[in-house]
Amino acid sequence: MPYLPHTPEERQAMLDAIGAAFVDELFETVPADLRLDRDLDLPPALGELELTAHLAGLAAKNTPAGQSVSFLGAGSYDHFIPAVVDFVAARSEFYTSYTPYQAEASQGNLQALFEYQTLVTQLTGMDVSNASLYDGASAAAEAVLMALGATRRRGKVVTAASVHPEYRQTLATYLTNLDVELVTLATPQGTLAPDQLARAVDDRTACVLVQHPNFFGCLEDVRSLAEIAYKAGALFVVAVDPISLGLLARPGDCGADIVVAEGQSLGNPMSFGGPYLGIMACRDQLVRRMPGRLVGQTVDRRGKTCWVLTLQTREQHIRREKATSNICTNQGLLALRAAVYLAAMGPQGMRSVAELCLRKARYAFDELTRRDSLEAVFDRPTFKEFVVRVRDGRVDERLEAARSQGVFAGVALGRWYPELDDCLLVAVTEKRTKSEIDRLAESIE
Amino acid sequence: MRNKQATELLFEQSRPGCRAVRLPGCDVPERPLEELLPAEALASAPPPLPELTEPELVRHFANLSAQNMSVDTHFYPLGSCTMKYNPKRNERLAGMPGFIDLHPYQPEASLQGILEILHASQEMLAEISGLEAVSLQPAAGAHGEMTALLVAAAYFRDIGGNRSTVLIPDAAHGTNPASAAMAGFQAVQLKSNRDGRVDLDDLEAKLDDRTAVLMITNPNTLGLFETQIARITERVHDAGGLVYLDGANMNAILGVARPGDFGADMMHFNPHKTFSGPHGGGGPGAGPVAVTGKLAPYLPAPIVVREDGRYRLDFRRPKSIGRVRSFFGNTGVLVRMYCYLRTLGAEGLRRASADAVLNANYLLSRVKHILPVPHGDRCMHEFVASASNLKQERTTGAMDVAKRLLDYGFHAPTVYFPLVVREAMMIEPTETESKTTLDAFAEALFRITEEPPDLLHDAPHTTAISRPDEVRAARKPILIWSREQG
Amino acid sequence: MTPEQLLYAKTHEWVHVETDPSGAKIATVGLSAFALEVLTDLVYIELPEVGRQVEAGASFGEIESVKAVSDLFSPVDGEIVEVNPDAADGLDRLADDPYGAGWLVKIKITDESGLSELLDYAAYRKQCEEEMEEQG
Repeated sequence: MPYLPHTPEERQAMLDAIGAAFVDELFETVPADLRLDRDLDLPPALGELELTAHLAGLAAKNTPAGQSVSFLGAGSYDHFIPAVVDFVAARSEFYTSYTPYQAEASQGNLQALFEYQTLVTQLTGMDVSNASLYDGASAAAEAVLMALGATRRRGKVVTAASVHPEYRQTLATYLTNLDVELVTLATPQGTLAPDQLARAVDDRTACVLVQHPNFFGCLEDVRSLAEIAYKAGALFVVAVDPISLGLLARPGDCGADIVVAEGQSLGNPMSFGGPYLGIMACRDQLVRRMPGRLVGQTVDRRGKTCWVLTLQTREQHIRREKATSNICTNQGLLALRAAVYLAAMGPQGMRSVAELCLRKARYAFDELTRRDSLEAVFDRPTFKEFVVRVRDGRVDERLEAARSQGVFAGVALGRWYPELDDCLLVAVTEKRTKSEIDRLAESIE
Repeated sequence: MRNKQATELLFEQSRPGCRAVRLPGCDVPERPLEELLPAEALASAPPPLPELTEPELVRHFANLSAQNMSVDTHFYPLGSCTMKYNPKRNERLAGMPGFIDLHPYQPEASLQGILEILHASQEMLAEISGLEAVSLQPAAGAHGEMTALLVAAAYFRDIGGNRSTVLIPDAAHGTNPASAAMAGFQAVQLKSNRDGRVDLDDLEAKLDDRTAVLMITNPNTLGLFETQIARITERVHDAGGLVYLDGANMNAILGVARPGDFGADMMHFNPHKTFSGPHGGGGPGAGPVAVTGKLAPYLPAPIVVREDGRYRLDFRRPKSIGRVRSFFGNTGVLVRMYCYLRTLGAEGLRRASADAVLNANYLLSRVKHILPVPHGDRCMHEFVASASNLKQERTTGAMDVAKRLLDYGFHAPTVYFPLVVREAMMIEPTETESKTTLDAFAEALFRITEEPPDLLHDAPHTTAISRPDEVRAARKPILIWSREQG
Repeated sequence: MTPEQLLYAKTHEWVHVETDPSGAKIATVGLSAFALEVLTDLVYIELPEVGRQVEAGASFGEIESVKAVSDLFSPVDGEIVEVNPDAADGLDRLADDPYGAGWLVKIKITDESGLSELLDYAAYRKQCEEEMEEQG
């Protein structure tokens, strides 16, 4: 039996010590009429050799990024992951360790997470970061809950259609049984118009949630939007692309109160949607309302600098129903990967990645929109992603044609935006070469 | 032998001009940035991240990893965490490019392998739980709890009735009441009786037509099977409520009893506990949820379905509560779970539970001579000892014992939980530990209880740091490095 | 004030009522020594702003130690007219002198009925003793 260490003699010795004749006696407290009287109906057990062949067969039925040219984005991206990130995450003292509740046994994790928290504040310009939430969408929802608690305004939350649809769906779910009005402002021009926001916020508004660059890849006018939120006494929550922060002005320098992000781009594989990394950072005044774990620096009894989980009274294991959130297990290993990624890239590396994404996306945009069959949709500056319209409306056919040539050309938007059902969202990362982009244009025109 | 210099903070080792990663030059026209983006959108300087070279980074993190205990290096008897062995073949297989390099919005035709794994996982969890429908979307156990409670709320909204309360035993994990609050319910506490189980009289007193859900952990956090579970679930159903099983302790009853068979309407699994997923220093985990047929329509979308031999993502779920996160779920964790379930099979799971319970009872039989185990001589996969007498007689409580165990080369058990036992030490050995390890642990525990109190008060002595000042950390939180602090 | 002269809520707040020059009844509220001892090392306190309306039995703030957090409950309906400015930075002083320098808020009472729920010193001590026994 795999992974079970006992010999029959040992089992017997243990039963003797317990004073039981059979292992079955140890299950006496399970009433007989509740016991399963058959074996579980599960597929047959496989040894390592067979399991390997089985999984290899299943993997072969997928088309991973290495076997295609991917221009898919919409919140998950084919970015370059340096080998050093995989190396660190593969060390089993990291990946088989537990939550660092016993500080003396976990200084490695705690220091790494303290470094992660610091790196996130350096990247975003905010005062403090937590040690991770589940993903960008749930982080955005948690940020809104935070704002509701902090402002004590329960009336309204304002967001925009240019925020990732799945973030907004998640937020709506989190707000279902809380008596809060979720207002979603339309963005027909591709971004949220400041005067539109100004008309929508009032003294019942707990927060404004925007994404920058937004779901369409367009840059929002964050400074103006932040100002409007501030004037109304609402908090400004912005969801960002961490890769963009190699180039764009940091949200902390643009008036954000809470910043959330999807950290998948920071050294984490796309992995069919998870596990991902919910990044959250906020202003100092809000730290006691922030969900998730926090690592703090202190000294030990001998005066030595060390790290501990702190402000744990916010968390569920102490606060219980009054906790800022119910989160327990987070995404610790992915935060570690992100820390290694950011440290490996450094300021110049992050700037390089961002510039390459910007320029390559621009080249792709130019190449695509000069084709007769395609046209631009939004007249806004974009980063890494953009929307194109298929003039004859036959999006699915074009995507299929591209796929048969080994190109995943983009994400069709019709499933979320009926008014854009003739459009697709194209993402270009630093991994895409000029010739791949040329192939994209040829495959889809 | 410790390398103190390499474990200095990254920011202290930073030297201007260093970098580890160099990307290729730009092979498309290099238009000036000002042409592409408005000036006010650009930062005036790159983010102030530290600058290090690759060898320094490797040495830094490799040394940090050596400052952790982990399942691969130490016995970790943390109650309700199920720190069992993390199989290496699962790491290798789940890490294949054919799984990790998949975009969530790829066309389904290019995802048939992963969809097959996820579909099979749904089916296996349904079988193990004894329930009909499964969602793999939640990212962790607590997330699963919240999801299931939202499902319950949607169900009650649909059928009518003003159900506003969730009953939760006082011994429950803190995520239970926290999840109830997030789902908009009011948490009502249930008392435990003298033998640590749900007090049926208190349940009767608190059940009424406002009761939406009873959340129960079975076996409970004291490691005891709720022998009256059938009666409990029957009473809740009579009152029109639903029963939610917190599946954190499933490791005791795999293939033995199924929550759906003993009256649960909903449950979550913790693949990073029961199904050998690595804990990652705090995550990632996953929190798949299983429910009865009548609750299935409310589960988050999508679910993987199989039609004409092809796998699809089914989004047509009009009664769904919506999403609780972006994209499908923590697929990487679920692939590891799949590998584990395919490795063990039905008999393997049953044997795993049998050995988990055997190990816990054996350890109990030895520990009870050292520290009182208030709730009796038998347990399921975990038990709770109390250091309360030790504290009174020698001034050394659960925390002191926990810290001293580190010196003996064992990670401490869970301490101060559940709240219903004073100076609690919750011990769960799991089935992948040998008798030799269990004996060594018991021996260490015995020696510790005989040691001079001061030795325990100042423990641990052999770790790099000892007794961090948590008061200081909470009063004046230092949550990031800054140049001024240094 | 000595502890024996004060009234106590079941939730461990101490209360001292006096009449101010304008004839309004003011309740000074703090936390008892027993409660502070159970909490152990205090790390944080959250007190309301002056002007906030409070209700009898409802929370007006929070006090935290490393391991636990407690709500602070108002004994009466009223309005917060004064908040101890030294409380937040002087948590050690709270524990040293809970009935004097450790006062937390002063409430202008608008509805006295909550006062009848309060215990005198002897009754409160008895409650504390019972709580200690229950915890074993």
